Amino acid sequence: MKKRILPVFIGFLVTLSASAQTYITRSGRVIFFSKAPVENIEANNNEVTSFLDIKKGEVAFVTLIKSFKFKKALMEEHFNENYMESNTFPKANFKGTITDLSKVNFYKDGAYTVTIKGDLTIHGVTKNIEVPATVSLSEGKINANSKFNIKVKEYNIKIPSTVVNNIAETITITVDCKYEPFKKG
Amino acid sequence: MRKKLLIITTSFFMATSSFAQDTTDISKMLEDELKANDINKTYYTTATFKTTRLIDGHSVENTAPGVLDVKISHRFGTIGGSNGGAYNFFGLDNATMRLGFDYGITHTLMIGIGRSTSNKTFDAFFKLKILRQSTGKRKMPITLSYVPTIGVISFRDTSLYKFFSSRVNFTHQLIIGRKFTEGLSLQIMPTLVHRNYPVDRGPNDVYAFGIGGRQKLSKRTSFNAEYYYQIPSTKVPGTVNVLSLGFDIETGGHVFQLHITNSSSMTESNFITGNKGSWQKGDILFGFNISRVFNVVKKHTKEW
Repeated sequence: MKKRILPVFIGFLVTLSASAQTYITRSGRVIFFSKAPVENIEANNNEVTSFLDIKKGEVAFVTLIKSFKFKKALMEEHFNENYMESNTFPKANFKGTITDLSKVNFYKDGAYTVTIKGDLTIHGVTKNIEVPATVSLSEGKINANSKFNIKVKEYNIKIPSTVVNNIAETITITVDCKYEPFKKG
Repeated sequence: MRKKLLIITTSFFMATSSFAQDTTDISKMLEDELKANDINKTYYTTATFKTTRLIDGHSVENTAPGVLDVKISHRFGTIGGSNGGAYNFFGLDNATMRLGFDYGITHTLMIGIGRSTSNKTFDAFFKLKILRQSTGKRKMPITLSYVPTIGVISFRDTSLYKFFSSRVNFTHQLIIGRKFTEGLSLQIMPTLVHRNYPVDRGPNDVYAFGIGGRQKLSKRTSFNAEYYYQIPSTKVPGTVNVLSLGFDIETGGHVFQLHITNSSSMTESNFITGNKGSWQKGDILFGFNISRVFNVVKKHTKEW
């Protein structure tokens, strides 16, 4: 009897450890912040989907531009219609790798500062970026945070001269994701 | 022995299947997730038109919830024709206007009030979206709105209007609109105008059919056109159908609408059933609408 349980147990263990290689969030949040002389503009998006592969150190994010919510309805409309052109470019995505993966012990609680390098695609323009991030572990859950700046000009987003005092040239992006083990189905 | 073998092979399969994840591509998994998400979500079409008015009449667009839209609309006098010309400064001497307030209650319901120079008319309406154009889980090709308007003529002529009810008219309008592409939106507007006491001795019920649309010229400008056709059997004698051509410019919180039209009125009962100006006779006039939005109620963003 004991002998029989053992192989099942081993098989089970292998499955468990392997399935915990990929982590997912469907409700990651990204905050868009523009600081300009006339007004500060903030938009929240808590419908970001992201995968994290802890073995390979790969991360991938995708979100719909329409999921960014603004305080003013007209700002949201202009963001989609005039700047991001969300009908033509509905998604923004990022795919990258943790360059210093060895720093992170995914089996020990704690916060680790890492660097993520990869391709960010916004408004149909892909740019290679390198951003600092914090990976923190507590009770088997993985939390990832990052804050970085992007220049709207680099993504071919035009700001008319009449609103230069309303919209910043550099936007601060804050990312906050709480990952859970990915189960298929 | 057999049983043992079975267990071992089963566990082996379990192990390999999980090892197979090593080769899975998270970008592809992300795509699959998105596709699954797309099926479960409805995406409503936004910004079919720049503002709630096409030119004189309503567009299928609503004011966002908690947003007040102050509308100042001007029509100058006719450029040509018998009342125009250099003597009347090509119409600038004779301006009429409407001051209006539109307010969004929900995503599907807005209300509005206004006061026009023509017949000193007060008007009030609501606009209810019955269907909303959408893609995703719920696919809807069109937006359908119902707009009932009440107009009250406050012109002081007691010999003409013996009762208060004589001054009242009602307009029922259905607006069927579709944003075909990013730039092109079209709408049709079957309309019924009921006048309690038609001073023009025309019919009480006037049926009309409106057609209109916009073509974006750039991100912030568009060309608009609007035409209201009175069904001949109920047409008010001596009136002319209204054709308006316009140009929208959007700048931040403002929308400027510049147009040329043959109507000096801006409420349905006045411009659909009471217009005398004719394009052929040179009764063309210049007008503009200015729309400015104010966020009255702060949007409750979900705390997370």
